[in-house]
Amino acid sequence: MTTAPLGQLPGQTRRDERILIGVAVGLTLLFIAAPLVFIFARAFSQGWQVYAANILHPATLHAIWLTTLVAIIVVPVNVAFGIAAAWAVAKHRFPGRGILVTLIEIPFSISPIIAGICYLLLYGRQGILGPWLQANDLQVVFALPGIVLVTMFVTAPFVAREVLPLMQAQGSEQEQAAVTLGANGWQIFTRVTLPNIKWALLYGAVLCTARAVGEFGGVSVVSGNIRGQTNTLPLHVELLFNDLNAVGAFAAASTLTLIAVVALVVKTILEGRRQS
Amino acid sequence: MTTAATNTGAPIRAKRVLPGFTLSLGTTLLYMTFIVLIPVIALILKGAEIGPGGFWRIISSPRAVAAFQITLTAALIATAFNAIYGLLMAWVLVRYEFRGKRILDALMDVPFALPTAVAGLSLTALFSANGWFGPVLDAMGIQVVYTIWGIALAMAFTSVPFVVRTVQPVLEDMDPALEQAALTLGAPPWAIFTRVVFPAILPAWLAGCTTAFARSLGEFGAIVFIAGNLPFRTEIAALLAYIRLEEFDYNGAAAIALVLLAFALVLLVVSNVLQAWASRHREASR
Repeated sequence: MTTAPLGQLPGQTRRDERILIGVAVGLTLLFIAAPLVFIFARAFSQGWQVYAANILHPATLHAIWLTTLVAIIVVPVNVAFGIAAAWAVAKHRFPGRGILVTLIEIPFSISPIIAGICYLLLYGRQGILGPWLQANDLQVVFALPGIVLVTMFVTAPFVAREVLPLMQAQGSEQEQAAVTLGANGWQIFTRVTLPNIKWALLYGAVLCTARAVGEFGGVSVVSGNIRGQTNTLPLHVELLFNDLNAVGAFAAASTLTLIAVVALVVKTILEGRRQS
Repeated sequence: MTTAATNTGAPIRAKRVLPGFTLSLGTTLLYMTFIVLIPVIALILKGAEIGPGGFWRIISSPRAVAAFQITLTAALIATAFNAIYGLLMAWVLVRYEFRGKRILDALMDVPFALPTAVAGLSLTALFSANGWFGPVLDAMGIQVVYTIWGIALAMAFTSVPFVVRTVQPVLEDMDPALEQAALTLGAPPWAIFTRVVFPAILPAWLAGCTTAFARSLGEFGAIVFIAGNLPFRTEIAALLAYIRLEEFDYNGAAAIALVLLAFALVLLVVSNVLQAWASRHREASR
């Protein structure tokens, strides 16, 4: 094999290799693994019963429900958007294509806090649409729609970013062949394109879900932090922490951590599938 | 923008074999417009409403200047750490085989998957007096929680995958022939790294560091817990914007948010230019 790892060449000693691996593993254990393990250690530090009581507290259950609801709305929308964006950009040539790709990535570089402020300035009482919304008795900010919209902003690129490069790499010969065989658009998509991108799509959806569930900064700005009403799970973690209920905060955080860990496991499995 | 969506005139359409162009591009533009563009324009309009004089007064106030300084300094510290740690991780994950490598690789994604507020909560408790690391560091006279080091730590945690995940594919792609040639010419490993490997991954590494830096400037969730949020000491720009909102000072919030937005957009352009350079570089070195 020409791609033999350099570490096996005589120029670099096994000792150097071991030192580098050791430093890398050590730093990662301290810096990344320890915070992860610590969450569960703290959450269970007073035993199972206290943990269960914290999780089953009505306010926590409501936060879990609200967060789930937001994810249920946001993820399908972003999957649809991701597919549409990838289909437009990867399968067609048009002016401004490069700009569109950059635009799609914009939510990644904009701080969620800024996204929240943007939405507040648009839909809030003092915002541009504020008077009109009030006149029509519509509530966007400090309510579910605002939370959903900000979460959509923050997670918009996740699916597109996974599916787009794959669609570009695969080209469109198979789809063109389907066209010559008389397939319509929907048939092409479901029978040719979708099977080719399904793992990437699922992978994007998993990352999107993890992020949608965990969004804090943006949601924090537009939620108004109304206890038991607009408190998503991450906001609830902060609330419990500020109430000096550390074990409760860690218990709530452990459910989010569990979702993150599941997402990572699914991701690792999907990556294996995609490569094979 | 809309001209592109409606421009389905005959000459262009003739070249398009695949259906669904108008539908997919239309959906994309509509979604982008409503979810991203209009809200961002709302912020810019608010900034215009404040006027240059008012804008300058807000962002040059001592508390805002301090917040920007703290944010920049901490982001620089975090990025410097990640530049080295991220590079090391990418190197070790690509070049060496060892037990547990897949777990190590998966751990690199933890900061992306873990909600930032959860990360912040955990880091704060971990480094506080009754955590696992706090007492050890305390004995050495190092205070992390409620200092700029805590801010930098939170920033470093949330942004490390950017460096690893940009450098990793480039390292994987590198033609080993170059290194082997250098080796047969008798170059020591360190010289091979600095003269052959590093120049090849430099554009990708810089792009990764830029993204990590941009992310650090905007990070909020992980920091609010560990910073202690003392004005002039550990108050970051994003938090100051948030506080202004809570005080119903929308001008103050908008002005600070605009500065952060400008930083983000400039860094996005820089990162894109670096990435374009990196992909040209990769094609050339293959």
